[in-house]
Order: sequence, then C-alpha cells, then structure tokens
Amino acid sequence: MNKNYFKVLRPGINSTFQDNGRNNFYHIGIPFSGAMDNRNFILANTISNNEINNPVLEFAYQGPKLKYIGENISINVTGDVNFKIIRKNKNLELSCYENIILENNDCLDILSTNRSVYGYLSIGGTFEVDYYLNSCSTNTKAKIGANSGEKLEKGQIIHLKNIKKILPKNKIEYLNSKIENIRIIKGPHFDYFSKDAIDSFLSDEFNVTKLSDRMGIRLKGPKISNIKNTNIKSEGLVKGVIQITADGDPIIMLSDHGTIGGYPKIGVVISADYDKLVQIPPGSKIKFKEINLKDAETIFKLYEMETQNLISNFK
Amino acid sequence: MIKNISNLGDAALYCDFGTEVNKEINRNVINYFNNLRDSNFLGITNITPSYNKLVISFDLKLTSFAKLKKQVENLELKKNNNPKNNLIKIPVCCAEEFALDIKRLQKLLKINEAKIYETFFSKNYYCYMTGFIAGMPFLGDMDKSLFAKRLETPRVKVPKNSIGITEQFCNIYTFESPGGWNIIGKTPVDIFDNKKNTEPNLINPGDTISFYPISKLEYENKYE
Repeated sequence: MNKNYFKVLRPGINSTFQDNGRNNFYHIGIPFSGAMDNRNFILANTISNNEINNPVLEFAYQGPKLKYIGENISINVTGDVNFKIIRKNKNLELSCYENIILENNDCLDILSTNRSVYGYLSIGGTFEVDYYLNSCSTNTKAKIGANSGEKLEKGQIIHLKNIKKILPKNKIEYLNSKIENIRIIKGPHFDYFSKDAIDSFLSDEFNVTKLSDRMGIRLKGPKISNIKNTNIKSEGLVKGVIQITADGDPIIMLSDHGTIGGYPKIGVVISADYDKLVQIPPGSKIKFKEINLKDAETIFKLYEMETQNLISNFK
Repeated sequence: MIKNISNLGDAALYCDFGTEVNKEINRNVINYFNNLRDSNFLGITNITPSYNKLVISFDLKLTSFAKLKKQVENLELKKNNNPKNNLIKIPVCCAEEFALDIKRLQKLLKINEAKIYETFFSKNYYCYMTGFIAGMPFLGDMDKSLFAKRLETPRVKVPKNSIGITEQFCNIYTFESPGGWNIIGKTPVDIFDNKKNTEPNLINPGDTISFYPISKLEYENKYE
C-alpha cells in the first residue's frame, strides 16, 4: 500500500508534525500547539494546493535530511530556509515558496533556517500521521499528537498518502521581514511594577537567550523589579503573555506553553506580531513597544488581509 | 459573580472573580466555565478556569474583545450546571522510595509520619483547576497542620504520578516534570491517559477527590 515514503537520515534539531493546533483543551492542561509561524504554515499548504489544515513538517534551526522513495511528488519549503536536493550525486540548489518535484531516490537536505527559527515542509499529498483530540500537532511534553508525541527520530519512516498529480511550478513572492520591536498590550499586572521598571521594560533592549523553544522565549536584560508581589495565585495564560519571573526576567509564552502560571503578567504580544516573534533566534536583541487594543485589532486586520492577498494572488 | 472583565492581549478576556482562594469563588468560576462551554459563542477557542479567574481565548478573525465581552456579560447562567462533578478515589502508596519529602515534612511540621498520613487521608479535596502540565489537578484545602512551604530548590525531575503538597494545596504530577512541592507518595493510577482520545483526564475542575493508602504490593499489582 504505502509505496511512497521518506526515510529519516537525520532528524534535525526539533522536527515535529504540526497543523493549526488544538482548541478547547486549556482547561485540562493542553495548550494550542500547532505551527509556530501560522502564516508560513498557511502558505506551505496553499502552495501544495492542500486543505488549509493539512499536516506539515515543522523544523527549527537545522532541519531533517530525508531520503524519498516513491512516485514523483511536488513539495515546497516555506520560511527563510537553506535547502537542497541531492539527485544522483548532484546538488540542486532551490528556493522557498515554490513547487519542486521530488523523484525516487532523491535526498532532501534541509540544512538550516537563515537568521530565523522555524521552517515548514509541505507535500502535494498528506503525511500519514496520528490525530489526537482533533489535531495532529505534536506536543512532546504531553506526548500527544503525530509520531506518538515525539520529535522525528533517525531511521524512522514517514508514510505518505493521497499523492497529487505534479503541481505547476508556481511561486509565491514573499520575503520574511524581521522585526526587533515587538508590540504589546498592557497585562493585568502592569501596576505590580514601578514606573522605573516599566520605563526600562519599554525602552531597553533584551537578549533572546538559548533557553527558548516551542514553550517560550526567555529574555535577559535589565531586571524588572516588582513592587507588589513576585507571585500571584496561578491563573490562565495565553500565547504571547509576558510573565516576569521572581528573578525579574521576562519570559514570553509560546504555542506549547504551560496552561496556567503564577508570575505577574506585564503585557501580551499583539496577535499580528506573533508569527514574527517566534522567528527571532537566540542571540538577537528585541525591544517592546506598548500600543492600545484598538490599534492592535486594526494591525491584525491588515496582517490578515496581507496573508489573504498572498493566498489569492497565488491561486 | 464576575467583578471585572478586561482584555488579556487582543485575543482573550480576563474575567476577575476576586482575590481570595475559596470554594465559593471557584464554584462561580466553574459555573461560568460550564455555561460558556454550552454557549456556542462564536470564536471561543479556549476557556481556562483557575482559583478565582477565568481566561477566555478567542479567534480574532471571528470575534473581538468588545463583542465577546458583551456576550459574557449577558450570559444567562443556568444553576447547578455541574453534572460532571464526581467523587473520585485515588490510591496512594507511601513507601519510603515514593515519599521523597516525608522526612523533611516531619521536621518542618513537627508531626510524626503516621500523623501526617492520618491527617492527609482523613479529608476530601476539591479540584480548583487542572493544568500547567496536561491533566495536573490543583486540590485543596489541606488541614492547617500540614501547611508546608515549597522546596527551596525545586527538583529538576519529579517522578510521574507523585503526590505533592504545599501550603493549602495538594496535586498529582501527571508527567515527569520539574517541581517544588513536597512529595508524600505515588499513585499507580494514570490521571492523564494520553492514549484516550476522549476525556483523557480523570479529574476535572469541580470534582472531589479522596485519597486512600495502599501497600507496596497493592501498588505493584495495580501497576501491572
């Protein structure tokens, strides 16, 4: 049956299957998960002419090296990614956001993401993956979703199904812009911090540390000192919440975050900046800028229109 | 009732029910949670009850803070909307190798081991919320004589299924996880079953839990 498959020659640093994520299970401790950079996830499935929620393979920093066995298949890679196909000992240099034909015995080598974190591999067809609570998104903490809740492992086989006819070699012209200024809305514990601490939070630079993953980004910079209490009674968190730990360091919650937390929330990253936030690699510097809810809503509408334009121009 | 609704970012409501931690406030939170689950308000993607807050996440493509806030404010609450709130009995083995912090607690609380367990097992506990890690229940309230601080240095790895206590609360580590609660035993029951595709968590907010002691032999038999 399954004559089309990838064999994993190198798994990469953090390669997991993801879709749009899992709704309505925060109350039992299960976060959204899903592709970190939602726009690049949508573009990957758009180029493959798939359902918008089709599973993709997400990778971080260094991606996987995959040997392909099967009939010709269209694939594409989104993000800011350096990758190649090795065909009969020749290297084919390729670009993101376009359909590429993969042939039997080809080796797809996703070398690295460039000054970013996440990239996506989509196929004209479907990765055969397990679903759990209406989503295939892998959550390695709760060990749920595709691949028994684990990252890709060396030597494993990824079966493919519903292979489509070869897709036209269309390309989306898209450049991943980088940001350094992250726009935020005040959080419910803004007044736990002194004026000096808030001034520093909104004007100084913070370093993105290596202790950053799908759960969160840990920042180092000036200590944000607390004038009320460094702990609160644990309460619900959402993607993009910025908590200040007892040590005075900010930590931004990302898609696989713990569902409740007990540190004061100084702010929340606006929805429109989330896809770009997750792409900021360790070693970078970022700054926060406060805006109001109304502006955040308008900026999100524009961001969403931009995504829809990219999709409709392709089709 | 909800004292105040504010925005948590641009895609969530932060409903404040007060600052204290008690069952009365938490039952209000859970009553809202259950009613909202049945409401079918457009765009809700997650509802997180906690001790005295309720966070409602939504899809900004489908609704907005102002729209959803109005709907929540006008929500007609059905009373006693807690049909699922059960009494659940959890076996605990207190063998030395599982009760990692019992020696520390004896010193800290100045009560002997037998008395600690007698007090712990004599009460029923109410589930205020579940979360942080998948399925982890936050239960209370402990008897005052057992109020203990967290470990000064949290453990990097608390074994899965450990029972922990701190201040007025106890919990069950549903996965191996970092943590600073005082560990007094271990259950052979999986509180979160990641093989089950419906209702994977044994304990829900609002449930009542009673713990009972089992021997090492019973623990091993149950585990198989």
